[in-house]
Amino acid sequence: MDRNSPPPPLPRRRVTLVDLVLIGLVIGMVMYAVYKVNDVLVYNWNWNRVFTFIVRYDEESGRWVANLLIQGLLTTLRLAVWATILATIIGVMMGYWRRCNNLSLRIISRTYVELIRNIPPIVFIFIFYFFISGQIFPLIGLSSLRHDSPIMDNDLFRFMFGDPRLFENFIAGMVCLAVFEGAYITEIVRAGIQSIGKGQWEAGRAIGLSHFNILRDVILPQAIRKILPPLAGQFITLIKDSAIVSLISIQELTFLATEVAATTTKVFETWILVGAMYFVLCYFFAYVFAKLEQRGARSNR
Amino acid sequence: MNDKITSALKVPETKADDKPIVEVAGLCKWFGDFCALFDINFSVNSGEKVVVCGPSGSGKSTLIRCLNQLEEHQLGTIRIDGREVKPGMKGIEEIRRDVGMVFQSFNLFPHLSVLDNLTIGPIRNRGMSKSEAAEMAMELLDRVHISEQASKYPMQLSGGQQQRVAIARALCMRPKIMLFDEPTSALDPEMISGVLDVMVELAEDGMTMLCVTHEMGFARQVGDRVIFMDDAEIVETADPESFFNNPETERAKIFLSQLLSH
Repeated sequence: MDRNSPPPPLPRRRVTLVDLVLIGLVIGMVMYAVYKVNDVLVYNWNWNRVFTFIVRYDEESGRWVANLLIQGLLTTLRLAVWATILATIIGVMMGYWRRCNNLSLRIISRTYVELIRNIPPIVFIFIFYFFISGQIFPLIGLSSLRHDSPIMDNDLFRFMFGDPRLFENFIAGMVCLAVFEGAYITEIVRAGIQSIGKGQWEAGRAIGLSHFNILRDVILPQAIRKILPPLAGQFITLIKDSAIVSLISIQELTFLATEVAATTTKVFETWILVGAMYFVLCYFFAYVFAKLEQRGARSNR
Repeated sequence: MNDKITSALKVPETKADDKPIVEVAGLCKWFGDFCALFDINFSVNSGEKVVVCGPSGSGKSTLIRCLNQLEEHQLGTIRIDGREVKPGMKGIEEIRRDVGMVFQSFNLFPHLSVLDNLTIGPIRNRGMSKSEAAEMAMELLDRVHISEQASKYPMQLSGGQQQRVAIARALCMRPKIMLFDEPTSALDPEMISGVLDVMVELAEDGMTMLCVTHEMGFARQVGDRVIFMDDAEIVETADPESFFNNPETERAKIFLSQLLSH
């Protein structure tokens, strides 16, 4: 025995009896559910009917093209990306305002957070949508945009915002979602800023950094690393909450799925498929955030 | 002029630039109803090394934190290099750049490398280029004997090394005075000497220093004066030898006996 010899292995944890019993129980429950559904529910499963709404064969061009559900998924993705960006901007600004020295900024941000957190999302979106599409859009001239102008009618624009004819509709949904989720991000950012010790502010002040510089170079970089997990959770919530804007006729996945379900009458297939699409999308983002978090943790040893 | 005053005014000729860097008059500070500083008067001349000591809660830290307005005082005047420092004043950043500060708990920026901890001040405040700032930072890291750690992150260093980085970071702003707030109290015993060595070297280079510390060896070696505080007031001011050997006041005697008793 000497200290340079390879260390003896530690006992490994193996599958125990408890694991086997639990897994068996879960499998049993699933099988029972499947059996019950087949037994009780007289339902004619027809997945092909729904799959044609994912992609369809275009006779004219002789190619497979994306159909409603893929279009809806893309709109949801665009909504989510833009709303995430806008919600982050709102959240960081308001989150800082929640704790700043200026009384009116504190009142504004507090009011914003409390208003949104204490109203059901659907109610909020109805109120806010009719307000922005009825008042704000005409005011800033968004409702008089020409959809066939070369600025809007090009591939890049379509890639970023989807169909130019639905631009207004898209922006309305995106802003609703961002303002709504921004309130939750505000609270996360506030918690993050508060979690950074007083000493960091003092150290920044002591070397004569301005308030803005301390916030940007010292506080926020540390705060964001700390709040990445809840932030990731909130972004994924945002993707799922984007389904709510289907109620104001934004043509995203849930809205189009409702149409598909109505046309095909294949309700179960449609919604199971749509659920799977949401799952893949959200799981992908969760994975990306987990990777980001690992990277942040590595550089912050 | 009577003898008392002339003896007080008698200063060595070698210190030709004896203009005060810090002047404090009638300084009072309350936290809520608690009086943390009461009628503090003192000054620190250019090149002078002043040690502040006293029991915990006596207001030492609050005193030096008022100087760069990390704490805002209610009454009295503070002048740094002739400019008055007031709570809520505009341009406090300018004054803070002339006043280096070292904290008990280091307060390095954990998300920045050692080098970036040093350069962020000069880059943001003095508009220095990255390479210029890095060059200066490396010189200072060399001076605190830690230049080989420049690319590491603070968490990878020992407490003593972190504190030396913190000293270098403060020096990076080319301060006219350095404030030390118990710089060795949070360190393991074997780390203390490295930090004190750096502080002694700094003192020998002629830096003006105001140190809150209980390191009597350091106080004797470099201190020109000891200010003893108790219960929010300055109780006694003396040169280190006479303060540590024959304190005049009863409170100082008690404090010193407690310091030496273990």
